[in-house]
Formats: sequence, C-alpha cells, structure tokens
Amino acid sequence: MLAEIGQFTLAFGMMLALLLAALPLYGYFTKNDNLMHTARPLAYLQFIFLLVSFLILVTLFITQDFSVAYVWRNSNLALPLRYRISATWGAHEGSMLLWLMIQTVWTAAVAFYSKSLSRSQVARVLAILGIISLGFTAFVFFTSNPFLRSIPAPFDGNDLNPLLQDVGLIIHPPILYMGYVGMSVPFAISIAALLGGKIDETWIRWSRPWTNAAWGFLTFGIVLGSWWAYYELGWGGWWFWDPVENASFLPWLAGTALIHVQAVSEKRNAFRGWTVLLAILGFSLSVLGTFLVRSGVLTSVHAFASDPKRGVFVLTLLAIYAGGALFLYALRANKLKSQGGFQLSSRETLLLANSIIFSVACFMVLLGTLFPLIFEAFGKKISVGPPYFGSMFFMMMMPMAVLLPLGMYYRWQKDDIKRVMKQLMPSLIIALALSLIVWFMFKPLNIKATMGVFGASWVFITALFYFKEYKGKLTRAVWGMQIAHIGVAIYIFGVSMTEHTDFEIDSLMQPGEVKIVQGYEIEFKGVEQKQIENYQASQGHFVVRKDGQLIAEMNPQKRFYPRRGNPMTEAAIDPGFSRDLYISLGEQINDKGGWAVRIYIKPFIRWMWGGGILMMLGGFWAATDRRYFRHAKQMKQKNIDKYLEA
Amino acid sequence: MTPTRKKRLLAVVLILIGVGIATAVFLTAFKENILFYKSPTEVLQGDYPKARNFRIGGMVKKGTINKSTTSLDVEFLVTDYAKDVKVQYTGLLPDLFRDDQGMIAIGQLDKNGVFQAEEILAKHDENYMPPEVAASMKEKTDAYDDNKVNN
Repeated sequence: MLAEIGQFTLAFGMMLALLLAALPLYGYFTKNDNLMHTARPLAYLQFIFLLVSFLILVTLFITQDFSVAYVWRNSNLALPLRYRISATWGAHEGSMLLWLMIQTVWTAAVAFYSKSLSRSQVARVLAILGIISLGFTAFVFFTSNPFLRSIPAPFDGNDLNPLLQDVGLIIHPPILYMGYVGMSVPFAISIAALLGGKIDETWIRWSRPWTNAAWGFLTFGIVLGSWWAYYELGWGGWWFWDPVENASFLPWLAGTALIHVQAVSEKRNAFRGWTVLLAILGFSLSVLGTFLVRSGVLTSVHAFASDPKRGVFVLTLLAIYAGGALFLYALRANKLKSQGGFQLSSRETLLLANSIIFSVACFMVLLGTLFPLIFEAFGKKISVGPPYFGSMFFMMMMPMAVLLPLGMYYRWQKDDIKRVMKQLMPSLIIALALSLIVWFMFKPLNIKATMGVFGASWVFITALFYFKEYKGKLTRAVWGMQIAHIGVAIYIFGVSMTEHTDFEIDSLMQPGEVKIVQGYEIEFKGVEQKQIENYQASQGHFVVRKDGQLIAEMNPQKRFYPRRGNPMTEAAIDPGFSRDLYISLGEQINDKGGWAVRIYIKPFIRWMWGGGILMMLGGFWAATDRRYFRHAKQMKQKNIDKYLEA
Repeated sequence: MTPTRKKRLLAVVLILIGVGIATAVFLTAFKENILFYKSPTEVLQGDYPKARNFRIGGMVKKGTINKSTTSLDVEFLVTDYAKDVKVQYTGLLPDLFRDDQGMIAIGQLDKNGVFQAEEILAKHDENYMPPEVAASMKEKTDAYDDNKVNN
C-alpha cells in the first residue's frame, strides 16, 4: 500500500511540476498577476509531495518491504539500519528520487528567499526550475520508478553493494546532489533574465549567493567522494579521472569560472553575456554528467547498472535544456551589451583570464572523457589514461596559481603593474624562501612538485598579507574569498607532495615478518577470522614502530559478504598531519599464513581534502555577505511600499 | 599601420601563439596517454600496438588462474571464448578478480606472446561489465547471456 502512495505522490509531484512550468510563465506573457502568484505555492507543494515520496521509499527500506523490486535488489534482512536508510540512494532509481527531491528543495528555497525580487522575476525563475523538475520527474517516473512491485515478494533481499555499506556513502551522494542540482539555480536565474531581456546588477547580485552555495556543496561533495574512494576502494588513490568523477568535476570547473566572472559582472557591468553562458554551461554539464553516469556509455569503475532507454531520455533532456537556453541566448545576446570599459592592465582582465583558464581546463577534461566515445564511432576502442589529465591539469593550474594573487591585488578598471608588483614583492620573496625550505626538507623534489610548492606558498602568503593590507575593508565576501584562496594553496601543496613523494610497495608477508619502509618498521602479526554485523572478516594485525616507539596498531580487513558472495578490501589507515600510513590486504598466498600486503605512505594527503573544505567554507561564508541581505531588505520594503501605494 | 591596428595585430598574434602552444601541449599529452583496447583474438592476429602499453580485456578463463605460493606472481588466460592470451602479473589483485569474470589488464605483449600486465582491473559490482568487454564478448559468442551485460 505504502509503495502505491509513494507512486501516487510522485505522479502528483509531476503534475505540480507541470503546473509550475506552465502557469507562472503563461501569467508572465499574458501579464496575469494571479497566475504569476501561483509560482510560490506550487513550488512549496511540489517540495512537500516529493519529500513524502522520498520518505516513503526510506520507510520501505526500513521496514524491509521486499515486494518492492528496488528494495529487494538493494537491501536484505541482515543489513544494519543505517545502511538500510542509505540504501535508499544506493542504486540508480532511489538516487534519482533523491536528486529530484533535492531539486524541489532548491526550488522551494528560491521561492522562500526571493522576497526581494519582483513578481514577474519570481514567476520566471520558478517556472524555469519547474521545467527542470518536470523533465527529471518524468525521467524517474517513466524510466526509473523505484516503487514498482515484484510479486511474489522474495523472503530475503539481494543486499546492498558492500562497497556502499559505508558512512561515506551515507553523506556523499546527498551533498554532491545538492551541488549538482544547485547549479540549476544560477541557470534558471539566467534564463529568466534572458526571457525578460534584461540583466541588471541587482539581478546578478541576487544570483551570487545561490551560485556560491551550490558551488560550496559541489566542492564538499567532490571532497567526500575523493575521501571515500581513498579509504574504501583500497587502491590508495584519491582521484582516478574516472568518467564518473569527471562528471562531477566538470560542473565544478564551470562553476568556479562562473563565480569569478559574476564578480566582474556585478561590480563592473562587464562580461554579462559570458556570465550567462557560464551559468548555462554549468548546469548543462551537470546534466551531461548525469547522462554519462546513468547511460553506461563509458567504461567506469563505478558506473551504475545501465539501461539505454535512460541514456536517451537524459540526452533528450540535455538537448532541450542546453539547446533551448543557447537558442534563447542567441536571440537575446545583443541586449546583454556590457558598458563597463576597462584597460588591459586591470582586475577585469585577470578575472577574465581566470574564467578562460577554468573553461579551457573544463573543455580539456571533457575532451579526455568523451574521446573514447568519439573513437568508438570510428570503430576503435581506446581509453585515455590518467597521465593525460594529470599533465594537462598541471599545465592549466600553474598559470592559475601564478595569476591568482595578481587578481586579488589588481584594482578594477585600470592599474599599474609596477604598483602591484611593488605591493607583492615581499610576498614573492617569502614565498620563494618558503618553497626553498620545503625543498630542502623533502629533497629530492621533482620539478613539478617544486613548482607546485611554490605556487601554493605564493597563493598562501599573498592571501595572508591581504588581511593586513586591506584591514577595515574586510567584508564577509572578502573573508570568504581569502578563506577559499588559502584552501587553494593548501590543496595545491597537498597534491604536489602526495603525487610526487608518495611510496607504494606490494609484498608477500609471512607472520612475524618486519618490513622497513621509510624508517617505519611494519610488523605483520598475522590474520584472524572475525564475524562482524553482516560480514565475515579476515583481519590482519600490523604493529608499526619508528625508532623503537610504537606508532600505531593497524587492522586492515578482507571482508566477505555472504549474500552476494563478494569479497571487499577494507584498508587500515593511520592518518597524520604530514603523512598517512595505509595498509591493505590482498589475499592469502600460502598455507603458512602468508598474505599479499600493500603498504602506502602518502605524504600530506589530508591537506588536499582540508584545502577543499576551506574552499567550501569560503564559498558559504561569502554567500552570507551583508550586501546581499541589506539589498534584499531594501527591496522588500520597496515592494511593500509599492503595494501600499497601489 | 596605425597604433591601434598595431595593437590589434599584436593581440591576434599573441592569441594565435597561445592557441598553438595549447594545441601542441594537448596533442603530446594526448598521444602518449591514449590506450587502445584489444581482445585476445585481435592480439593473436597481431593487431596491437607494439612496444607500448595497451589494454587487453575479456574473461578470466575458468581453471587457468595459477598463483605462486612464494611471491605475488600470478598467471592466467584471458579469453574472448574464441582465442586465449596468457597474462602474467605481480602484485595485488582486485577483489572481484576470479574465474569466469570480466577483467581488463594494462601492459604490453612480450616477445613470447605473453601479456605482461602492470595493472589489472576488475569490475566493481558483480552486475557490471566493462562495455568493451561486453561488446567483444558479444561479437564472439551468441550464446553469451545478454542479461548479464545489460543488467
């Protein structure tokens, strides 16, 4: 019965999306106030219905209703409660329902926080969001319905993929989707502005906190995904340039460019068209990512089980959204003329350079991701190795790091390069000295790592000095920017050290054997069998010492989940400020208790995620800047006054 | 030439140089890092890149996995149900590596016709099969269960 109600609320949500897509827009074009007023209530209702639908699916998992095919496929009686809940989004259908629910969360949030906008603006933005939800609700309902029954109900379920039975999976998808889907908000705002034929700075100012928030979630979602891959996949890597990872990275790159261009667009009335294009690009890449992940056209380690019908459906949505948006853009581009003039030597130029670097990087990643598909059309099967992305990315990000501080210190409109250089000289000297110190501490560092360390120090020092130089002008937006930029520095430092000075060894170890790795004495005590929750584990016992001091006792596991018959590696990690020790078990090699063991030493790997988290915090903090709200208050007052006069 | 035109010309030249460098960088990075995928049949026909890495994919032939008990060496046959190629590898194997499962290995063919793998990938999910493997399987055998590929 419950599944049918879920089905019904989903269907009703689709009707509401249809109304939300149609009524306010119709009202806008026919200047019908009453119809425009339906936008907000419809947005709230849609949210309520999809939330109920989603909660019903969660309940079906908690109560183990195996007559529902999706529940049966992804849960079983032995599954602990926390994973039964997260199993809701553990496979395609449920994760799309979560996606959709989050889409309605954003829509309702826009409805709630848009008091400063005029009626027609609210109507347009919400209607565009309605069109987007309509497409995805139809997608879930017609191709990926999680509420379908399979009668007769089996006694026990099939179990959740063991890799997903982990705390990382409980939080990673919802956060990532908040980011993915959040990109639809700047998109909708831009399209609504194009419809109206006018983009003024209040409009752009209003869209900035939304972009920041979506970008912040996306950043955090990617960080969580990387962290999960690191400890859960047991390969010790943190980023594999896998198509699914790239799918989340592409909108992030576009979003980063968008955030920076919006600054120019708001403050200097320049690059208005470019801002709109990047907003379109950001969301289109989210949808493209969905297509790549869900259609199974690309080889990926974590592709969803796929169905061609779904791929075609998402591709159609992409064509409609991106195509429609670009068509509208072409029609209205001439109205987006920017007025703000500026000289070559100015902050505008540097922020333009930023957006170009990020969009080129985005294009390169896209190319590398899609190349296998292009080749396949010619009958050749290829894949593009991670080194392509690695070297490409290094070449894109070095100029970014070098130019970043200039962008912060340059003045708008016109500045003198000599003045800026004079201001930055102390930072440059300190950064060089710092890189030299790091080089001597960790030598030999190769050239890429050295350059990376310099780039990180340069960004870090200039960001610190900024607080001193611009004391008294530190708004939340500036704080946010600096926090994010310090995050960039810490991230670059972490990547440079991890990528270029890490250490890996695969070996056969007999019980009692000691391996000495970079001064760590790692003793293998043996493997014992354990029965834990819903799996059996062969648990290794390692004792790590350095200079006779006990550093850690580590217990990597090889787990066996009987229901699916899958083995799974659970690495043991001893995290640290300057290095992670990472041990994972392969399999038993001989009957004398010898096991295949992989040992990693990953220097400064936590810094990378730490940097990412700072970027996220910076994005969120900047979104709370007073001027967004001061303005909102004034506009609210104005709207009330207007209303009273009328 | 007027000063403005000179400025414009300079800008155009700079942009062209920039685009040129970017393209060159892209092409080198790309050429060195593109990996071809080959099935055992193609490899035995001599259709594979010589002296550089490529990917070979197929099923692990049942009963052919041979693991050393004194080292991490492992040998097995990869098959597309028409032809087999021997693969040698040293190191940890992926969790889902076993008999009769799809896998992809990255490495080179040595002069004895043995594939020396540097890396072995298996599926993440037992319902999932790398599309290339699924496609080359399909070409080779009609008996292959369609469901298994698309499930």
